[in-house]
Amino acid sequence: MSYETLDGAPHRAAGTPGDDLVVAGVSKRFGGVPALQDVSITIKAGEVHALIGENGAGKSTLGKIIAGVLAPDEGSLTLGGRTLHMSSPRDGLTHGIVTIAQELAIVPGLTVADNVFLGAEIATGGFVRRRELRRRFRELAQRTGFALHPDTPAANLSTADKQKVEIMRALSRQASIVVMDEPSAALSSHETSALHGIIRTLAAGGTAVILISHFLSEVLSLSDTITTLRDGHLVQTVDARGATQESLIEGMLGRSLSATFPEKQFPAADGPVVLEVNNLCAPMVNHCTFSLRRGEILGIAGLVGAGRSELARAIFRDAKVSAGSVRLGGDDLSGHNPRRSIHRGLVMIPESRKELGLMMGRSVRENVSLSRLDLVSRLGWVSRIRERRAVSSLMERTTVKAASMSLPVAMLSGGNQQKLLFARSMMKTPAVLIADEPTRGVDVGSKRAIYDLLVEMAHEGMGIIVISSELEEVLGLAHRVLVMRHGRISAELAGRDISEEAVLEAAFTEISAS
Amino acid sequence: MTDTLDHSDTGQEIGDAGFSLKSGVSRLFGSWRTAGILIPFLILFVVLSIASSPFLHTTNLINILDQQAAVLCIAAAGTLVLVAGGIDLSVGSTYALAGVTAGQVGQHHSVVWAILAGLVVGLVVGLINGVIVTVFRISPLITTLAMSYIIYGLALKVTNGNLVLTGSIPGFQTFTNSTFLTVPSAVWMALAVVVVLAVVLSRTTFGRYVVASGGNAEAARLAGVRVNAIKIITFVISGGAAALGGIIDAGRLGSILSTSGGPSLSFLVLAGIVVGGTSIAGGEGSGWRTALGVLFIALIGNGFNLLGVDPNWQQIVLGLILLVAVGLDMWARRARA
Repeated sequence: MSYETLDGAPHRAAGTPGDDLVVAGVSKRFGGVPALQDVSITIKAGEVHALIGENGAGKSTLGKIIAGVLAPDEGSLTLGGRTLHMSSPRDGLTHGIVTIAQELAIVPGLTVADNVFLGAEIATGGFVRRRELRRRFRELAQRTGFALHPDTPAANLSTADKQKVEIMRALSRQASIVVMDEPSAALSSHETSALHGIIRTLAAGGTAVILISHFLSEVLSLSDTITTLRDGHLVQTVDARGATQESLIEGMLGRSLSATFPEKQFPAADGPVVLEVNNLCAPMVNHCTFSLRRGEILGIAGLVGAGRSELARAIFRDAKVSAGSVRLGGDDLSGHNPRRSIHRGLVMIPESRKELGLMMGRSVRENVSLSRLDLVSRLGWVSRIRERRAVSSLMERTTVKAASMSLPVAMLSGGNQQKLLFARSMMKTPAVLIADEPTRGVDVGSKRAIYDLLVEMAHEGMGIIVISSELEEVLGLAHRVLVMRHGRISAELAGRDISEEAVLEAAFTEISAS
Repeated sequence: MTDTLDHSDTGQEIGDAGFSLKSGVSRLFGSWRTAGILIPFLILFVVLSIASSPFLHTTNLINILDQQAAVLCIAAAGTLVLVAGGIDLSVGSTYALAGVTAGQVGQHHSVVWAILAGLVVGLVVGLINGVIVTVFRISPLITTLAMSYIIYGLALKVTNGNLVLTGSIPGFQTFTNSTFLTVPSAVWMALAVVVVLAVVLSRTTFGRYVVASGGNAEAARLAGVRVNAIKIITFVISGGAAALGGIIDAGRLGSILSTSGGPSLSFLVLAGIVVGGTSIAGGEGSGWRTALGVLFIALIGNGFNLLGVDPNWQQIVLGLILLVAVGLDMWARRARA
């Protein structure tokens, strides 16, 4: 193996900054289903080129083809006039194309430096030259401005830091094109702004960045060029300066989405209190007190790590609660028992549907009925007829699109998977629903369907708590907003006081620790 | 609060309709996992029928079932453990401990006490396995491996290394060897265990919870499934079935040793389950297929004997079949992801 590529040695295959990547007439099918059809785009050196579209529009597929992860069925890729034949990410690497995927490729048992140089270790006779490796690492750290210690075990890193490691790895390979698939989806807002700085630096240095993102504001602020895909077809490639959120959404949907959020229907101010949280203390949750009325949508905002999900889990009785009480319609919820919470009428849609929500390999039917299987069974025997009936009406109610309820949920789009969790929570209409990040990784169309569903559920009398990292979502849906910081509720905003500035101020301002 | 189910009586059905013959047939052949074991099983059966005239004799077939009765019981229960995301390597030793316990108790007490004592030993071993795995969070592989040494040691203690005879215990052989419709009671018991456990896994709420616990334990817990309790119960069932297997063979063969069963039995059981298409990673599996997997392996052994093939080949072929089975499972998982 040769490690000369790190120095940009003479035999480097291609990918000198300055070369344009031309994607011409690319098509790709998965098992007969077209994912991309005749897509042509040009990625110029040093530009940030965004790929946007609903889930399933083909943007990730296009990103993977560019990076060599997938080979196109038809069409060609040329870099600086040379046709590329790539069949693996390694091939992409030799052409200077690097992907930073949604699922980060970090080896937790290795150190930061080892991860950065993984697969391109600086070694003589099989022994790693540690001093040389550290020197290169320091160089990279200086170039990027990342303050990472080379000897930190990668397992201890935050998601943002892991991403930094991936970016440093990309840079160490002399990448001329970097494909980033949803890089900020798991980041808090200050980490996101750091990432944006890096993307700008990369582009200024002549590296082309292909940015795949659901966040239109991010796309608009970072990109030079924006390509919109819909159902595998190229809709438009436009200059970012002339684009607006509205024009982009119109392109993605093929219609204009008049209002992103449904109209707020405020609940009766004297409605009965359905949930009372009093002085609740749990890991990352400090003395939280609030109440929720029937028909009310309560938003919880705050930075990632402020304790929002922890609060949700403490209320749901899925955490070690050290003090305080949770009263559901006058009933005390105690102990460490999510099952009891569900049966009393408090349900939670967890923040990560793949890890915490769904059995990906099991059918739609089994996933929906799971938490209240008792409703469709007698003496432990599941009645398939009653189960089908219940699930099918819930699928209709939550507008889940699936060819059959026997399909494994892994075959469904992210939006439909998320709706399934709503269907599950409505097996028996709950009194209180906690939705943690209800639209993470969901396309624009499904987002609106989920918003409609939340508003409808509240209108029918449920008390709803919406936790979201997307500020506009909290602002657009909630009747009242709690802002969390360091595990405490740092502000409660209602009516006209709800504004982006007020939330951000409360989220960022230090409160004197007591 | 309204129950959404009340409004659904007129709801249109999605997917296949209820109990039609077509859906039953498609359920049987529809999944490639079922086809993956059923088709090779049928081919092997037909080939052996043609190649060897003694094969199709009732005596031979009943013999195979009689020999496999214990393995069938243990594997049917082991399927639940595997589907729930665990693994039980202690069944071979539990089989021996329960067998020798029953034999020893039977020397001084009635056969009912002997059998009960054996079963209780198995259930207790399963309970301990389950508690260690869930409460102390030690990997099931290591837990049951360690337990298998402990149990084996206990079995040696119980017997002082001697052969335990059950032939002299009145009623013990009646329990396992009496025939009904020319089929020995051991086979009827195995059949009952397989049917009950297969139905439990596929049709009951408990079965659903087992699948959910193995498919995604954290999601199942948040959906209100008592994952730890479910896992413990699967280990208890596995321990009980291993004990029943030990008792069956102790009666069938007239004697049992503390070294009976052991790791080779544990591995044979695991092989049967995996050849039946149950995923080693949990969250997927069926009791019917496990029974086919166990019998498939038994047919290979029987066929090799009848056709006079070098028995050493048997092990090699079994190993290759296992690799193919696991390979197919991995391929299916990757195709889905």
